[in-house]
This record gives sequence, structure tokens and C-alpha cells, in this order.
Amino acid sequence: MNRKPQKDISIFDRVEELLNEEESFALVTVVKGPPVGEKMIVFPDEKSGVGFEGSLGNSDLDRVVSRDARGELTAGRSGVRNYGESGEAREETVQVFVESFIQPPQLLIVGAVDFTAALVKIGKVLGYRITVCDAREIFATTQRFPLADEVIVEWPNKLIEKIGQTFGPRDAVCILTHDAKFDVPAIVSALATDVGYIGVMGSRKTHEDRINRLYEVGVDDEGMTRLRSPIGLDIGSRTPEETAISIVAEMIALRTGRSSIALSETKGPIHD
Amino acid sequence: MKEIVKDIRRWQKQDKKIALARVIDLDGSGPRLPGAAMAVTEEGEVAGSVSGGCVEGAVVLEALEVIKNNERHIVSFGYSDEEAFSVGLTCGGTVHLFIEPLDW
Repeated sequence: MNRKPQKDISIFDRVEELLNEEESFALVTVVKGPPVGEKMIVFPDEKSGVGFEGSLGNSDLDRVVSRDARGELTAGRSGVRNYGESGEAREETVQVFVESFIQPPQLLIVGAVDFTAALVKIGKVLGYRITVCDAREIFATTQRFPLADEVIVEWPNKLIEKIGQTFGPRDAVCILTHDAKFDVPAIVSALATDVGYIGVMGSRKTHEDRINRLYEVGVDDEGMTRLRSPIGLDIGSRTPEETAISIVAEMIALRTGRSSIALSETKGPIHD
Repeated sequence: MKEIVKDIRRWQKQDKKIALARVIDLDGSGPRLPGAAMAVTEEGEVAGSVSGGCVEGAVVLEALEVIKNNERHIVSFGYSDEEAFSVGLTCGGTVHLFIEPLDW
């Protein structure tokens, strides 16, 4: 079903608006074939009756392309697809480019410490939507973390229980408190979500101690293997900024499944 | 796209004609993924990028043609034996771009 017509604003206006609102959508452009340049905007959720805006000039083509574009959008992929003039499969008269714009991944940082400020900075560069959470009101302030999207005073495990159902494989939780009182419950809550990355800061000794506490509260081996603890790649980081870089590098490597070894030491393609 | 919207808006206020080039497909290895975008004005001003710097110069020339002729099409850059001096990606891949006037 077509959304209400937006005659008064251009497609580019609409794209800008949706980008600013951080909505998920796909911009579909005909790049080859008779309706070259025609565009439509496709939304992830058809159930609410708001499938797409605009038209590629043929209602059958619109129907098929919007369905496929929604699939690409859900997978977070951008790329080209071929159709016949009325959306026929296995024809190549019309080529469309589906450009997916998806909500930024989330990064929840537990603990309002110096490392947090650095990680907020680096995480912003990578486009994360960042929430900082600490139970201590005097530390968890927007003045200390001006770049964070949200600073929340709350027991971290309670916050994770509240917002954890929105976490997915692209998202990350970094627990930087190194205080068993906060981090053990926070880890347990994070393990109950589908979050892709759970990093926990602490020395080797803290890590050993924490593992014992986690076993005590019933975390199993499968849960343990999800934890990146001690946090970060071994690049010899010392300062909070260097540590933040080692953490985000680990987040990237976990997502891509790459080795984290220097490219000069390995062979094979650099980009998958 | 998001990172170049501001520049585009500024140029639109100045009534400049703009072409938008977007990476739509890659064969083999390439530095920027589909969706990487670059805007070019009729005066040759540039925002954004579509590769690691390998093809941007050629894209500007193509974009100026697109603005002049007011037409849109796919342009591909890759390594080619026949055209040893033509522009391509140093990594050996081929990048396909869609370049169009920003008239929408």
C-alpha cells in the first residue's frame, strides 16, 4: 500500500527528513531501463499499512520491487536487482539500486569512567548511538559525556532488562565499571539479550575473579564464550583513547569474523 | 549520503546545478561499498567520495557531463588491459556508479 502522497516535498527532502529522524528506509532508484531515475522510498514495516512512497511508474513493478527492497533493508544490504518492465523475475530490462539506510547500531557503555569518555568519542566516529549508564549520579552527567546520545542514572542491569530487547547482532555493550557489584548483574542481563558484542573491562586478575562470580550466579560456558574479557585487542593500549581504539577494533573484528592480525602478516583479499 | 546532505543544501541555496554519483555495485575488491556517494557541482566543487581516491577525478568529469547533458547513466571503472592509461581501481576490482542530476 502506498503511503499518503507527499506532493509538496521532493524525494530528496524526504530522504533528508528520514535521515535526520534516524528512521530505517530504503531509497530505490531505477538505474537502467525505461523509467531510469524514477524513485521510491520503502519502509521496513508493511503491517501498519505504510509500505512505500513514490512510484517507479508501474504498479506491478512497484509491488515486486518494494517487497524485495524490504528484504534488502531488513538485512541491511544495498545493491542492484534486475526485473522485467512489470517486475518479472529473471528479466533484465529494468535495473534498480536499493540503498538501505538503517538505524545506527547501539553502544551501551556501563560505567561512567575516564575510559567511557574516550569510548564515547571513538564510538561516535563509527556512527554508534551511544548510551552511558551508571548508578552513581555524580559521575553519570551529560557534562562529562557531551557526545553521548543519552546518559542514564540507573542500575545497569535494570536498564539492560528494560532496553535489552532492542539489542541485536550489530549492537554492543561495554562494561567498564570493574566493580563486581555492578558488572556481574550487568553481564547476566546482557547475556539474556541478542547483543552481538559484550566486552568487560578488567585486569587478568579481575577477570579470573569475575569468572568465578559468574559461575556462582549460574552463567554457563556458552555465556562465558560470548564475553570479551579482558576487553579489547592486544595492541598495547595504555591511555583511555588507545584503549577505546582497541575495543572498537575488537567490535569490528567480531562483526566481520576477521583475524585481527596485521595485514602485512597475512595473505588474501583485504575486503570481503 | 548523510555526510554530504549539508553541502548539497548549501549549493542548492546558491542555485548551483548538482550531480550525485553513487556506488551501486562492485566486482571483486573495492574500497567503498554500495551507497558511497559523492556530489559534484557545475563548478566542480566536490563533497563525499566513492573510492579511496582512485577514480574521483574521473567521476568529477563524468558528473560535469551529466549536468551539461541533463541525463543519467551507469559508469563503470575497472582495470582494463586495452586501456592501459584509463582510470581504474588500483586494487583490481571494478566499481559501478550511477550518476544523475540532483533534480529530485
